[in-house]
Amino acid sequence: MKNGQFLRENLQGDRLALTGAGVWTAADARALEAQIDRLGRSHPAVKSVTIDMAPVERLDTFGAWLLERLVRAFEARGGKVEVTGLKADYRGLIDEMRAVKLDDLDRRRGGTPLSYALSSIGENIVSVGHSFVAIVNMFGALVTAILRVLKRPLSFRMTSLIHQVDMVAWRAVPIVLLITFLIGCIIAQQGLFHFRKFGADVYVVDMVGILVLRELGVLIVCIMVAGRSGSAYTAELGSMKMREEIDALQTMGFDPIEVLVLPRILALIIGVPILTFIGSMAALYGGGLVCWLYGGIAPDIFLSRLKESIALNTFEVGMIKAPFMALVIGVVACVEGLAVKGSAESLGRQTTASVVEAIFLVIVMDGLFAIFFASIGM
Amino acid sequence: MAAATNGGREVVIEARGVEVGFGDRLVLKGADLDVYRGEILGFVGGSGAGKSVLMRTIIGLIKKRSGTIKVFGSDLDALGDDERRAIERRWGVLFQQGALFSSLTVMENLQFTVRENLKLPQRLMDELAVAKLEMVGLDASVCRKYPSELSGGMTKRVSLARALALDPEIVFLDEPTSGLDPIGAGDFDTLIATLQRTLGLTVYMVTHDLDSLSTVCDRIAVLFDGKVIAAGTMETMLKSEHPWMKEYFRGKRARAAMGARAAALPASSG
Repeated sequence: MKNGQFLRENLQGDRLALTGAGVWTAADARALEAQIDRLGRSHPAVKSVTIDMAPVERLDTFGAWLLERLVRAFEARGGKVEVTGLKADYRGLIDEMRAVKLDDLDRRRGGTPLSYALSSIGENIVSVGHSFVAIVNMFGALVTAILRVLKRPLSFRMTSLIHQVDMVAWRAVPIVLLITFLIGCIIAQQGLFHFRKFGADVYVVDMVGILVLRELGVLIVCIMVAGRSGSAYTAELGSMKMREEIDALQTMGFDPIEVLVLPRILALIIGVPILTFIGSMAALYGGGLVCWLYGGIAPDIFLSRLKESIALNTFEVGMIKAPFMALVIGVVACVEGLAVKGSAESLGRQTTASVVEAIFLVIVMDGLFAIFFASIGM
Repeated sequence: MAAATNGGREVVIEARGVEVGFGDRLVLKGADLDVYRGEILGFVGGSGAGKSVLMRTIIGLIKKRSGTIKVFGSDLDALGDDERRAIERRWGVLFQQGALFSSLTVMENLQFTVRENLKLPQRLMDELAVAKLEMVGLDASVCRKYPSELSGGMTKRVSLARALALDPEIVFLDEPTSGLDPIGAGDFDTLIATLQRTLGLTVYMVTHDLDSLSTVCDRIAVLFDGKVIAAGTMETMLKSEHPWMKEYFRGKRARAAMGARAAALPASSG
């Protein structure tokens, strides 16, 4: 940039005369700003400034604002500023700029990175508290909805429930079968590989049986369901919330919890145990297959070994956990869905939160169940 | 660019024989329209007549089947990508629903095009965003809000501020006052007129609002059956004997809206 391109200076004692030139528009705003800021800092002793804008050919908001900034810079130091020669067309624009108040803007910039970091930690902790309260609220609302439905069983949305069971359970069967089958195979293969070193091949059957039935079957299925159906619930309810459909339901005298949330959560409570059962069987099948093909343990030996190593309660432990996990996934998904605000980004954020929270809570619950079953001797 | 002139006034948008269709339905059947520099043009027509379609065709969101559109004297079809983008930077659009980016704050919405096009320092962009907000009658306190936290009227104002972000020469407004209460709509009309004077804008306004038409518009163009059947001042519109225009400008609602002005003319028989 050529010096003095936009403003020519003429300093006489404590009086500064500036003469504008050229085109003061958005395209040159960068260069203009550099010159304006340099001018604003120089000439500290100046008492009075005149700015002749007559030679300036064109002025837009960008130019007008920068002129205003220059005027404010001089005024802040106690100088007297006079702008002359302004075309009548630009009078209104300059007046608009005069009226601009930047107070709020400056206050916003006040924070230091440290205070920002601390405040964001605080905000996050508060929001964890809020989502805990929201989950408890949802449990309460769910229980009242169930009581209401029990009083008037005909008002229950059976069609919706069946549709949801179809979506979350029936349509999830292929992917659940595939993934649990593969997990079963992998556990058996790893077990065989390491147990073989000390001749304990046959205990792989015990390991696969107990691990799959007690823990892995239900965990894998719950993680799958949280990612597959929990996210779908959040997105569905969230977009309904965004388009005020939920408000519409409410004004028509329907309880959104009863109409939308209850069938979804019941569908999960029905679906997840079924999927857990199917998934556990698929994992055992995969484990058995690998034991036979890779470990040389014939299917009849695998089965008789399995019968010895597991009891009915091993199976029960996994199955008892399933509906509770389903409840947690469903409640979290619905709470997050109903927490969506107007924007598309909020929908995305809540969906992510729903999946992450659900998986986290499922694993925490699994830990609590482990302690519980251990202490009652199951 | 040699811009065409007509009777001494510079024509900034010149549409000739624009045909636009969807499937086998022809919406615009050869529409002709001139928009002069520095005027506020109100564009009216029945619902579904294709008012927004012509606007969207001019700004390039809808492809036309035939016809030419010249903006600032250059034929938009004949331009390369860079030239076209340069023209696009000289206009701003206010969409009917605002079309603010929902994942960005008001401040970021206003700075979006500036950031992409001008590479200015953050401080200047912040200050200008506040200046633009004040020009549309808001203040710095809405800067950090997200579009979902704004009321309908505020959304329109922020969208208008965004349309003005690069100091365009033309602004296209798609039903700017729809969804606002009469007072809000009146304020918005005044705002448009003020900004038009302050910034020397050319305003192309698609509207249904008879109040806007009679108070702020310099000229009105009427779209009927895929063609622009009339363009001129409100007085010309009121004198027209075309049945649809008679109904539109001199019907029951119009008489109520325009009161004295319509009463001064011979009453409509229909």
